[in-house]
Parts: sequence; structure tokens; C-alpha cells
Amino acid sequence: MGKNKNDILQGTLTLLVLRVLEARGALHGYALTGLIQEASAELLRVEEGSLYPALHRMEQEGWLESSWDMTERRRQAKFYRITEKGRRQLEEEKESWERLTKGVARVMKFA
Amino acid sequence: MAWLTRFANLLRGRRVDEEIERELKFHLEEKREALEASGMSPKDARRAAAVRFGNYTLQKGRTREMDIAGWVEAGIGDARYGLRQLRLNPGFASVAIVTLALGIGANTAIFQVINAIRLRPLPVRRPSELVMVDRMPHFMTAGNYRSRNSAFTYAQYRAVEGSARAFSGVLAFGTTRFNLNAGGEAKYAAGLHVSPNFLSVLGVAPMMGADFGAAYERPDCGGGAAIVSYAFWQREMGGDPKAIGRTIRLDGRPTPVIGVAPPDFTGLEPERRFDVAVPLCEDNLYAADGKGAMFYRDTWWLTLVGRLRPGWTIERAKTEMGQISPQVFRETMSERYPADVAKAYLKNRFTLAEAGAGISPLRREYGDPLWILLGISGLVLLIACANLANLLLARAGAREREIGVRLAIGASRARVAGQMLVESLLVAAAGAMAGAALAQGISRAMASFLGTEDDPLALRLGLDWRVFAFTSVLGLGACVLFGLAPALRASGFAPVGALRAGGRGTAGGREQNRLRKALVVSQAALSVVLLAGGLLFGRSLWKLLGTPTGIQSKGLMVAIVDAGMAQWSDERKQTEFNELGAGLAVAPGVEAAAGVMFAPFSGSGWNDQARGDGMGGELKETWFNAAGPGYFAVTATPLIAGRDFERGDRAGAPRVAIVNRKFAEDIFGGANPLGRTFRTQAWAGEPEKVYRIVGLVENTKYGGLREKFRPIAWVPLAQRDKGNVGDGVSVMLRVRGPMGPAMEGVKKALERVSPALSVEFRVVDVQIGRTVTRERLMANLSGGFAVLAAVLSTLGIYGLMSYTVARRRNEIGVRMALGADRARVVALVAREAGVLVAAGVVLGLAGALALSRYAESLLYGLKPNDPLTMAMAAALVVGAGLAATVAPARRAARLDPSEALRQE
Repeated sequence: MGKNKNDILQGTLTLLVLRVLEARGALHGYALTGLIQEASAELLRVEEGSLYPALHRMEQEGWLESSWDMTERRRQAKFYRITEKGRRQLEEEKESWERLTKGVARVMKFA
Repeated sequence: MAWLTRFANLLRGRRVDEEIERELKFHLEEKREALEASGMSPKDARRAAAVRFGNYTLQKGRTREMDIAGWVEAGIGDARYGLRQLRLNPGFASVAIVTLALGIGANTAIFQVINAIRLRPLPVRRPSELVMVDRMPHFMTAGNYRSRNSAFTYAQYRAVEGSARAFSGVLAFGTTRFNLNAGGEAKYAAGLHVSPNFLSVLGVAPMMGADFGAAYERPDCGGGAAIVSYAFWQREMGGDPKAIGRTIRLDGRPTPVIGVAPPDFTGLEPERRFDVAVPLCEDNLYAADGKGAMFYRDTWWLTLVGRLRPGWTIERAKTEMGQISPQVFRETMSERYPADVAKAYLKNRFTLAEAGAGISPLRREYGDPLWILLGISGLVLLIACANLANLLLARAGAREREIGVRLAIGASRARVAGQMLVESLLVAAAGAMAGAALAQGISRAMASFLGTEDDPLALRLGLDWRVFAFTSVLGLGACVLFGLAPALRASGFAPVGALRAGGRGTAGGREQNRLRKALVVSQAALSVVLLAGGLLFGRSLWKLLGTPTGIQSKGLMVAIVDAGMAQWSDERKQTEFNELGAGLAVAPGVEAAAGVMFAPFSGSGWNDQARGDGMGGELKETWFNAAGPGYFAVTATPLIAGRDFERGDRAGAPRVAIVNRKFAEDIFGGANPLGRTFRTQAWAGEPEKVYRIVGLVENTKYGGLREKFRPIAWVPLAQRDKGNVGDGVSVMLRVRGPMGPAMEGVKKALERVSPALSVEFRVVDVQIGRTVTRERLMANLSGGFAVLAAVLSTLGIYGLMSYTVARRRNEIGVRMALGADRARVVALVAREAGVLVAAGVVLGLAGALALSRYAESLLYGLKPNDPLTMAMAAALVVGAGLAATVAPARRAARLDPSEALRQE
């Protein structure tokens, strides 16, 4: 199994996906890319494709569920929704993210 | 449950692939259209979309790994690859699988027999609650004796049943056999006398018909009823659905069948199947005196089995049995015991033994030997594993390049080792399966070896979870043993070296060679241990078969005549039996004949206490037998002094006896016993019997080859007490020529006496052979295993030496070029082999000496550390080592130095 070289980036990606899905309901991967790119200028500039392993892992974890559905332009696409378990995970990740940013901010301030 | 879907997705790998493909393609398509809409050319849009997406193949692979348990998939791939490797190398694969199959098959077969007689629970309700009443040491059983197992009297059964609170029920059974034919050659069915609660205590319901009821509790039940086994119902009654109420003949007596037992219930003895069970109360119907064993308080014939009440442990029940013992023995003592016998009787105590796996005389006799054999076959398996490890190491050497390439292009070492292990696992699995199949044949052959034609063993040898678990553990263990080291070794060397040198002189080479040498040393050592074991058992058997029996057994046959159905009076029996010897002596094919009460080696016997007149009052344990006129001439037992029995030794004449040398030594201190008298202990209220000695014969064995010579006194058949005559007699026949015609002649002669007589024949040599079945089993199996071990080790040494010679080609070439002659080259190779074998022999002798004491009780005429045996074992392994070295050494000596050097 491939190791991710940037764990912080990976963790952030999970947080963003969960957050966006919580706010916007069901979305397919392409739509997610756009929204995440809007929210964070850089994160997915690296490789859009890296979103998909993350989505599939999160689905295996039970945080997301998926189904094939029609897009507005009458195309078949795989839509993802956040599950109850996913919402709990989001709360956890939010907290640890806040702790992290606070910690980093404090270090930046006092260093 | 992520792992569950991942496993499930293994099965739909292609669908998962397609779905991911569609999802990713959708993304690329949307992106392209968006870019095109923003004004790019279609071509540029497509490229830009792909660039933004990143490495498509990588992302697709990573996405897939999220959905599917990847390592399992890799394992399947490895297995496929391994299979292909094995197919490419059929020689290696078949050698490996056959070696393993032999090793695992032998182990599984022996385990199956152990399982059948020791581990497997009886097919009854809650077998763990069953316990058998057993005897404490020094248990005294004076009286008549007629059962295979640890037996008790009917009075004791009643007393235990009435007073033991530990049991919710106690059953009793005695073993017997019933003649199904009404005359001529006997056809016996295995019979049981059972208490009426037999099946209900066990929790077994008849498959058809009824159980014995309370009516059969009364001692005079008399009517006659039998429950037959399923096998008997199939075999003798043709599986008749209306069998209930049909009658069968048991010893000539018509008996109605009232029930058929279920198919899986074959009785309480795991190695035997009962055919017919009749209630205890019917025993008197078959008794010569009309009273039967229930009547006598000194007839030992019943095995007692109780079911523990809920909450009672066997320990608690044992304590209770100890407590009630004094009272039980006081209440049940035979009124016929004289004072000193009575005293010994009252000291008797009961104990208990677990009976959930059944009651097995075989277990007592073969418990230790089977564990020893399992140990021996385990060592054979170790040798087989060492051989396979060596083979695999050699293969790993040959595959260094391939593995080097795989390591160089980025395979992890764990992945390479895993791949090698999967190959070993495939070999182990195939070996275990073939071994399990082989074991079915071997274990059945063992069972038929342990049984006899007229007493076949019916072990339940089927595969149950225990056997399955045993074989699986064996297979896995073997795989780890032979596969792990080569796998680690293969993944442990530097790929650069392998690629550079083309498989020769690599960094791992030396270390690998050391491992291979260690394997060969341990093989040689194990072979010494096994050969020592095989030789010890083999020489034991040889010595045993060579011990003097005191009779000329060749050409001797016994006719066992049963007159139970002839309706003769006691007087008639006595006269007919006395005359039978003379009558059969003139049958065609028979040279001489004499009646005898117990044919030697028949397994039956008669012992008593005797003291010599004028030798003080001390009673000594003595064995008795009764024989007709001319008996010692028939058996060709040397008469040292005095005379053989004659026709004049009849009832009413003074009691005479012929004794053996051991008797003269024990009772008369070695003095000439001719003309002297001795007397035997009498029952209470009866006069002592006095015998005058008229002959002295050479020592003979009584029951088996292993026994030490016993003091024996023979009395004339005609002078036996009326109560001691019984229903039949044996006739010892000295046969001229083949046995078959003599048997026919005897059958015809008997038919003329009475058509109701039935007869069985025994060849004395065969009977003697049967007294050493256990020794024969040990000798054959341990010998066979030793040969197998020696062959495997020889192959191992040969393999290593061939490899060494091939590897040292250049060095040998240089030596020869510098002037070494052939003898030196041979010595060079032989020295290397010699050091390994010598080390193995030293280790092996140490091991053999340490282990052989466990076999001490099974040996005869040999000490477990017998120096000759040890020397022979060592010599055989050295010889095998030499033989294995000859071909490689000659190959080395024939090397052409110029050619060997050119290859450098």
C-alpha cells in the first residue's frame, strides 16, 4: 500500500472533504475538487487524482456512502454523502485541527 | 467492517476495476469539457485535464488498494506463481511431496490408532460422565476368571450399585462369545452379558424394538432375549425390517431378538464390536452346572461402569468408593475362601478410571508403544524436513539470479521471502493431503496387524477433527521447518553479487553451505537414533523368537472341541474327553494326539497355591494344567525322569502329577521330586488334594514367549474334579504334512463321535507368534522407519556432496593441475563427508543413549544401551555416508583439470 508523504496534507484533505459534504449534501468527485479548490487555493493543485484514493478509503471507513446517480447534465456519476459516523469523525478532526492551529499559532507568536 | 468488504471485493475484482475506471473517466471528461468551454482547443483541453489529474495509473491503483485486501491478492498471485514453479520442476515437486507424504502419513496413521483407542469419546450421551470401576494395586481375585477386562463378581456389582451415591446409574457387562452354528466348524459371534440398564445408563436408545426392561432384573428371568448390533442385524439377518421377534441360535439355544442397537454404537470397547447382548440373568442358561456366574461369589466376570451424578467429580467419587470398599468386600466375600485368602480379599479396594473414551485392554498394552512409535515417526518427519530444506536451499542457490533481479527492480525482501514460503506451503499442503490419504491405509493395516482372524479389531479409525487438526499442524510445522530458513536465506543476499557472478561464489554462499552442513549432520544424528531404536526392537524380537519354548511347535496343531450342544451328562463328558486324544490320533494326517485342558499359548490358564510335603508349610504360586496319555510325546517336551501320562492314570486311581524343572526347583529346592508328594490349597471345608509326582519334564512356556519359566504341574485329564471338566477339551495334534487334510480328518472323526460337536483349529506356531504381536509391531514399524530414515539421510548426504563437488570444481582443477593425484582428490571429498557423518554419529549416539531407556520395558534380553546395537547403528550410518560419497568423489576424481580451469 502506498505511503502518503504528507500526512498533514492527507489529514487536511479528509477534513475538507467531510466539511464540504456536510455543508453541501451529495456531491461527485469532480464537483468536490472544484469546491475544495475554491476553499483552498493550493491543496489539490498537486494532483486532482489523489482525491479518489482518499474518497474510497473514507468510504471503507464508513464515513461516507456512495451511489451512482445522474448529474444535471444527464451523465452517470458516483455521488458521495457523509454518514453519521462521518459526522462524528468530522467533529474529532475539527477539534484536533483547531488544537493544531492554535499550537502552531502560539509557537509562531512566541518563537 | 472495512476488511469484510475488502475481502468480499476480492471476488468481484473486475467489477471494482470497472467502477473505478468509470468514476475517474467521468472526472477527466467533466474537466475537459469545462476547459473547452473556457476556450481551449479540444486537444489542449484533453492534455490539460490529464496533467491536472496527475498520474492516472498510480491514482487508480491506489484507489483500488483502498477497496481490495491487497495482500491476499498478492498471496493468490504468489500461489499461482508457486504452482507454475512446481510444474516447471516436476522432479523436485514429486520428491518433496512423496517424502512429506510418507512422513506425515506415518505420523497421522499412528495418531489415528491412538485417537481410536484413547482419545475418541464413545457415541453415547455425555461420555465424560462415565467412569469405570477399577482395582487398586495388589487386588486379590481368587476363583474363576472369565473376562478380558478388569473384572468383578456379580455380588460386588449389586453391592456397588446399592451403596455408591456417586452414580446416577451403574451398568455391568461381561464378554463372551456365542456359537451361531449348531455343530461342525464353529462360527462365533462376539457376545455381551449386560445388566438390563446397560443401554439406558449409556443413554443409547435401540434403533428398532425395545430395551431390556425391569423384568430382566430378576436372577431367574430365564425367558431369553437378545439385543443385536446394527452390523449383526445387517450381516446375519439381512437388515430385515421385521427382525424383532425373530430367533437366533446362541450356542444352540433359540433366542428371540427384541431390539437392534443404533449403527454407531458398537459397545464400550473401542477396539471391538459386540454382535449380540443378552441380559446377565441368562448366563445360567449357558452354564454347564445350570447355575452360572451370577451364583458364585468367586467368579470374576463383570466390568462395572457408572455414570457420575451431576456435580460429582471423579476425585470425589474415588474417595467415596474407597470409603465404601471395606463394607462391600465384607458383604460380598465367597463362603468358600479359606482364612488366609479371606484376609487378602478383605484388603481389596476399589478405585475409578475415566471411561468416556471406552474401556480398552489394547490401551493398556499398546499405550506406551504407540507413543514411542509416534515419537519415532516424528523423527522421520524431521529428517524428511531436513532433506527438503536442503533441496530448497539448493534451489534457492540456482534461483539466485532470478531473485537478484526481483530484488534489484524493487521487490521487498519480505515479499520475496513470502513468495518462497508460499511455495513451501503448497508443497506442505500437497504432502499433508497425500499423507492423510496414505494414513488411511497404514492405520487400517496396523489395526488388522494387531487383531487376529478370529478376533479382529474394529477400531473406529475415521477422520475426526482431532486427526484433521493433527495433520494440519504437522503440515504447517513441516512447512515452517523446511521452508523458513531457505526463504529467509534467499531474500537475505545482496542482489549485486548474484547478478555479477552468475550464481557462483556469492556472498551468501558460505553461510548457506554451513546451514546445509548442519542439516546433514542432524540428519545423520537422527538416523543413528532411529536405527538404534529399530535394531533394539528388531533384535529383541529375534531373541524372543529364539527363546526355547520347551515344545516342538513346528507341525503342532490344536483342535478346540466344544461339546456344549451335545447334551452330554457330566460322566459322559468326562469319558468322551478322556478318549478323544486316542480317537483323533488315528485320524488321517495325524501322527499323534493327546487331550489337554489349556493348550500352551492359548491365553487361558489355571493357577493355585501348592506346597511340597516335607518342605515346610509355605504355599507357593503354581501353574496347573491337565493332559491326557502321551501328551509330552506329542509336544516333544523332553522327559528328564519318570514317565509320561498313561491310560492307567484314571479317575479313582491315586492322584499323580508330572512337574517341570522350575516346579522341582521352587517347591522341592531342586531335589529329585520323583515319588514325592505335594498338596494344593483347599476351599474352606474341603480336604486338601495330594499329588504324587511320577514324571519330571523340561521347562515349557505357559502363556507367552516373554514370560519367565513358571513352575507348572500337570495332572491327568481323567483325574480332574467333576466341577473342573467344563464343556470342552483341546486336543494337541502332531501333524504329518500339511495342516489342511489333517483338519478335514479330525472334523470327520469328530462327526462320528457326535454331529453336535463343534471344533476350532489353532496352529501352535501362529499362536506363539501372536503372543509377541506387540514386539512384532514395534520391530516392523521402527525397523521400517529406520530404513526410511537411512535412505533419506543418504540422499541428503549425496545431495550435499554433489553440490560441494560442483562448487569446488575450479579449486579441484587447480589442485590437479598442480599435481594432486586422484586418490588425493577422493580423500579431499571423503574427508569433508567424513567430518559431517562423524559429527552426526557422535550426536546421534548421545541421543540414542538418552532416549532408549524409554523403550526399556519393551525390550527382551537386551539392555537399552546395548553396545552391539549402538555400534551397528553407528556403522550403518557411516556406511550410508560412505555410499553417498562414492559417486560425487569419483566425479571429482574424473575431472579434467584443463576443462575445469577453462571455465574460470
